[in-house]
Amino acid sequence: MIAYNKAKEEAEALRQLQVLELVTTKSTNVPYFKDKLKEHNISSLKPVGLDVFQVNVGKMCNQTCRHCHVNAGPDRQEIMTKETMQLCLNAIQKFNIPIVDLTGGAPELNPHFRWFVKACHALGKRIIVRCNLTILLEADEHNDLPDFFAENGVEVVSSLPFYDATRTDKVRGKGVFETSIKALKMLNARGYGKPDSGLLLDLVYNPAGAFLPASQTMLETEFKEHLWSEHGIVFNKLFALTNLPVSRFLNYLVNTDNYVSYMEELVNAFNPLAAENVMCRNMISVSWDGYLFDCDFNQMLNMKVAADERNHVANFDLDYLLKREVKVSQHCYGCTAGAGSSCGGEIVLL
Amino acid sequence: MAKDYYKPEDLKKFGTIGNYQKPLADKFFAWYGEVFKEGALTEKEKDLIALAVAHVVQCPYCIDAYTTNCVKNGYSEAQMMEAVHVGAAIKGGAVLAHSVQMMNKNEEISF
Repeated sequence: MIAYNKAKEEAEALRQLQVLELVTTKSTNVPYFKDKLKEHNISSLKPVGLDVFQVNVGKMCNQTCRHCHVNAGPDRQEIMTKETMQLCLNAIQKFNIPIVDLTGGAPELNPHFRWFVKACHALGKRIIVRCNLTILLEADEHNDLPDFFAENGVEVVSSLPFYDATRTDKVRGKGVFETSIKALKMLNARGYGKPDSGLLLDLVYNPAGAFLPASQTMLETEFKEHLWSEHGIVFNKLFALTNLPVSRFLNYLVNTDNYVSYMEELVNAFNPLAAENVMCRNMISVSWDGYLFDCDFNQMLNMKVAADERNHVANFDLDYLLKREVKVSQHCYGCTAGAGSSCGGEIVLL
Repeated sequence: MAKDYYKPEDLKKFGTIGNYQKPLADKFFAWYGEVFKEGALTEKEKDLIALAVAHVVQCPYCIDAYTTNCVKNGYSEAQMMEAVHVGAAIKGGAVLAHSVQMMNKNEEISF
């Protein structure tokens, strides 16, 4: 285990922000994101509501994916406590926020995960769990997760970088594809992804390298064809996500000399319509230690929603949050490129 | 004389060919755009054809561009390499097919 070191984590976030800022000096084709918004008459990004309460319940994960913006892995100790989860529940209930979106790490590795899901279900919330699939087979204690998800009306959203082993394993580690297929079969067997079951199983695609995703519709068609014909697997929707230059993926871009060209590609693909509809305008993201952010990416860059106590779930102030200005930096180009990118895939139809 | 050819950054300057002859460049880019739109073939199929042709005409800019497109569109490494082999086979076959001309000429001028 690597001991959590707050100062080190904050310094790392600051370093990444500096690298993101630096790109504007490396290329005349990469203006500041704020300036790009102004160019399209968008003075700032303001919330349009608060429908999604995304909770990062911890950075511990049984995988160490190359693109992971959380830098998650088996050695991470940052895990949300039950007390912080209770503070989340208080806010969700008090302000009647309809959607709870659980992420990590592998959220199922939080020892209070099931308690939290049950509590959200009791409140009648729509619950999304971002499940990495392999967790279902990681240990016997997780084998019944499909039943648990179904009993609590959980929508399962799972990353699968590609429909073959070569590209999936390159991103997520050797053997991950094979285990993911087994996990998908377990979910299908419980009814997940099957028509009329009411149990939603969506997949998330993200590019296995320094390029933007192809059309979500085309990818969904291909994923469905391949997974069905080669493995007998069904699912509901596929979300195509752009890799954002944060954490491990940012380091990959810099170390492989792809950073400037990738940022230029994001800028070239800037879509003002996607910018107006970014997910951060309708969500709040809570970190394992209860701090509030505009999204999970800002969370990793330590860009809190406020500099005062209103940046913690213990002091959840809906009025303030609805009037805030979303914090932006150069990584935001990732959500505004092409058809846009969000935790729910493409933002606009091209 | 230029110190080196084929600078990667020149690919981004492709559009500037219109600086010297805009009407023809405009016609070319409009035609190029139409060619790669979905028609009887999908855009994805056209990307793989373009990758093979890029190798045959040995255009490094095109190889970069269409490798990226093919990877983005989900072609596997094996599929991309097979496409290059198709291009190579056609090129190699074309060379060898010309040897018939060589043989004909040889027959014509030899005892």
